[in-house]
Order: sequence, then structure tokens, then C-alpha cells
Amino acid sequence: MSVARFWRKIPQRYNLIGTKCETCKRHFFPPRTFCPDCRREGKVVDHKFSGKGTIVTYTIIQTAPDQFASHGPYVLAIIKLDEGPQMTTQIVCDPSEAKIGMRVKSIFRRIATDGESGIIHYGTKFAPE
Amino acid sequence: MRDVAVIGIGCTRFGEKWSESFRDMFVEAGALALEDAQLSGEKIDAMYVGNMSAGRFIEQEHIGALIADYAGMATRHIPSTRVEAACASGGLAFRQAVIAVASGMEDIVVAAGVEKMTDVEPGASTDALTGAADREWEGFVGATFPGLYAMIAKDYMHKYGMTREQLAQVAVKNHYNGARNPIAQFQQEITLDTVLRSTMVAEPLRLFDCSPITDGAAAVILAPLDRAREFTDTPIKVLATAQASDSIALHDRRDISTMDATVAAGQRAFKMAKLTHKDINMVEVHDCFSIAELCAIEDLGFCKKGTAGKFTADDETALGGKIPVNTSGGLKACGHPVGATGIKQVYEIVQQLRGTAGKRQIDGAKIGMTQNVGGTGATVAVHILGRV
Repeated sequence: MSVARFWRKIPQRYNLIGTKCETCKRHFFPPRTFCPDCRREGKVVDHKFSGKGTIVTYTIIQTAPDQFASHGPYVLAIIKLDEGPQMTTQIVCDPSEAKIGMRVKSIFRRIATDGESGIIHYGTKFAPE
Repeated sequence: MRDVAVIGIGCTRFGEKWSESFRDMFVEAGALALEDAQLSGEKIDAMYVGNMSAGRFIEQEHIGALIADYAGMATRHIPSTRVEAACASGGLAFRQAVIAVASGMEDIVVAAGVEKMTDVEPGASTDALTGAADREWEGFVGATFPGLYAMIAKDYMHKYGMTREQLAQVAVKNHYNGARNPIAQFQQEITLDTVLRSTMVAEPLRLFDCSPITDGAAAVILAPLDRAREFTDTPIKVLATAQASDSIALHDRRDISTMDATVAAGQRAFKMAKLTHKDINMVEVHDCFSIAELCAIEDLGFCKKGTAGKFTADDETALGGKIPVNTSGGLKACGHPVGATGIKQVYEIVQQLRGTAGKRQIDGAKIGMTQNVGGTGATVAVHILGRV
């Protein structure tokens, strides 16, 4: 991934800056700049999420992509943020600990490294609350 | 709109085809389809080609032109169009070809699909496939395709209490069918134990829950129904074509273990054909992972939500069951050259309807269905075909 491609999403990846539609109050993370409900009536602005949520479903990745191979088995989950939207994230916990319905909170972590000389991708993971 | 018929079909053997190139494969499939329709290439008016990722797999774009060229159509300058919708590329190419003939714009049209996946390292091919999901917000955080479908399986098992053995039965059944299909990548039967003891990929999915990396190509030829008998004694009518979209990311779906795009495309197809699920004699669904087959047969209406595991374990989807599913062996055993899969599904249903499916033949087959999925359900194409 090029530096610019990573860099332009730093607020979203590091600090969970998503968006919300002021017309219908729906929140978006990952962020959207166009409200699919209100369409042209929508007014979408930035919104910082609380970083609290609940595991909807999860898996333990045993066969990892090359970039993530050094992680060992890791927990990948879809979580529902308290503000409403759902997102995909890693859960930092012992794989046997993960459960559907578990409460989680956001933490800042290294996500992956782009080869030996590439940039290090930081971002948000979640851990048991 | 005009009625449309399939007048010719061709497919390469699926597998790890080290000695054959992308070009070799689509030329072979196209030649088989032309021969089947007893048609000269000069009669072809247009081509639509499903291909997901030649750019990543063989560093080649501009696939429409390449195929027209090597199929000997470039000197006639016919239109040739690549269609891309990840793993649903083939299904969408078929649909575009149907629309072209139905509209009256073209008469004799080729719908093909091709993917050459083994010319890159396995890590590179799985990374290319991850592009079928949301790269920025799924792939970036470590999601893999097996991982996404594993989360569907986990959600499904949590909600409906399906057992691991019931899920494994999908692969056992599809290998049984694949062992009876001469083009299948894997022509060996397996047992529940084979699945349950295979390597864990992404809990709860094991290696034998996953479709393989495959090379292959398939092609079918379409014509207006009223001209079909010029070319074949057994034209197969396209009774419905439908396509639907959903969110690119799994986390944005209304329900993790329901593919709303399958529900929508299925309902549109049944409405267009004026049929219900009870009229379908066999269906080819997109079992990229075992759980996907269970969701598909529920979302198309063949059994109630949450019951597909038991339905499968009771052999209702086997050859001779209430609704045989994936008589070809499905993506699991027949193989999954992503861009070719949607066309191979049509190839299988046409064989069934002609009565030429050999040891897999469903007696008295009159109407068949295909369901082809892109990504985790962001695109779905559904077709219904019938004997005339």
C-alpha cells in the first residue's frame, strides 16, 4: 500500500473518526460521505466514535495472509459499535476467550507491516472491556 | 424482448493446469462450444467474457480483445466485452449475453468465463481474491475469504444450532458428485472424517470446507429461441435472468448469515419465469465454502432458514434427493476458476436438461437453476433454464 493511500485514512484508522448523517442521525463506520437513506437530503459530518461495542460474530484465523503471518492465530470479529454501525476488526485476546456477545473496547495497535522496508500500518483493534 | 436459448456448451477439465495457459484454455472451451452447436465462428456476433483478476493472476488486462484475437474473431472486429464481478463474473457475463440476444441487438452470442489462478504463488492468489471483499475495511485488518465465511458460519451455528457434522456433509456430498463428473478437479469421494480431520483454516471452517484454487474455462453459445433449431435438436431456453447487489463488506449486511442479494435475485428470477422453487429439478449454487451452500438453498427458498444443515444431512440435496444441489460437484469438488464458475454452472444445468449428465443425471430433469455469488454476497446472479 502506498504511503498516501494509508496516510489519508489515518484519522479513521487511528482514532475511529467515522461520520454521521445529521438529517437521520445514522452513524457510519467505516465512514461514508453519502447517506444511503437520506441521499441528497442527507448532511454527513465527521463523528468520533466512543470505541465501545459488542462482538456479533468472530473466527480464529489459523491460515493467515503473508502480512499477518507473524501474528500466529488471531481473532477476527465483526463488532457492533454502541452508536449502531458494525465493523470488522481484530480482537486482542486469547482465542479461547472470544465469545459472541462479549463487550469490547478500542485500542491502538500495529496492524501489519508492508514487507521489510515498507511502512508499518497502525490502527484500531479491540480488546475485552 | 425475445426468448433466448442455449445452443452450444463447452468446458475444459478444471484443475491445476500447469501445461496450459490462459489463452489455451479459453480457446479450448470456445472450440468445444462451437463444435457442440455445429457452428462456424463466422456466425458469432458478439462475446461476453467473465474474468475476475487476470491483471493479478497473469498480469494481463484487456481480456475482451485478447480473447477475440486468439479465438479468431479479431479480423471480423466483433464486439468482445470483459465482465467483472469477482467470483460472479461468469454469471454476469452470461446475463449480459442473454440481454444482448433478448434485446434484438445481437443474434449469436458467446458467453464465456476463464481464470488462470496457478501462475502465481498461493499467497498472491488468495490476496487477489481478497479484493472481492472490502480491501480498506476488511482486508486491511486481516480478514481472509475463509475468515469472512467462517464468521457467517459462526453466526449461523450460534443462531440455528447446526452441527459441525451437518456442515461437513456439504463437502462429502459435493465430492460424491464430483467423482461422477469428468471435468471435475477432484474426482474422489471423501468421508465426514476427511473433512473433520482436515487442517483448520478459520474456525469453524477446515480445509475441506473450502473450494480450491483452480484453472479452467467454460463457454456457452446463445441464440434467439426461434432460430435455435437451426443449430441444435435440444435447445435449452433461458427462463429467467436476475442479478442483485448488496453491501461490499459483510459487516454492513442486514443479517450476517442471510444473503439478501440471493433472496432478491431468486425472487426476481422466479417472478420472471412464473415459477416457484417447487418447479426446480436441480440447482447449481455457489459453494465457495460449505456454509455458502446452506445459506444459498435457504435464501432461494428450497428449505426454511436454519434447517439446511439437517436437510443436507438427510440427503435431500444429494442425487435422488428432494432437490439435488451441485450435481457437478460444486465449487468444492469441480473446482473454482473464479471467472469461469458462473458459466460452468450453466454448462452443468444444460447437460442435465439435455439428459447427457451421465452418472450424475437427474431423471426427467426439465427445469434447472444457477446461483453465482461475488465476494461474500455483494453481487448475486440467478438464472433459470428449461427444456423446450
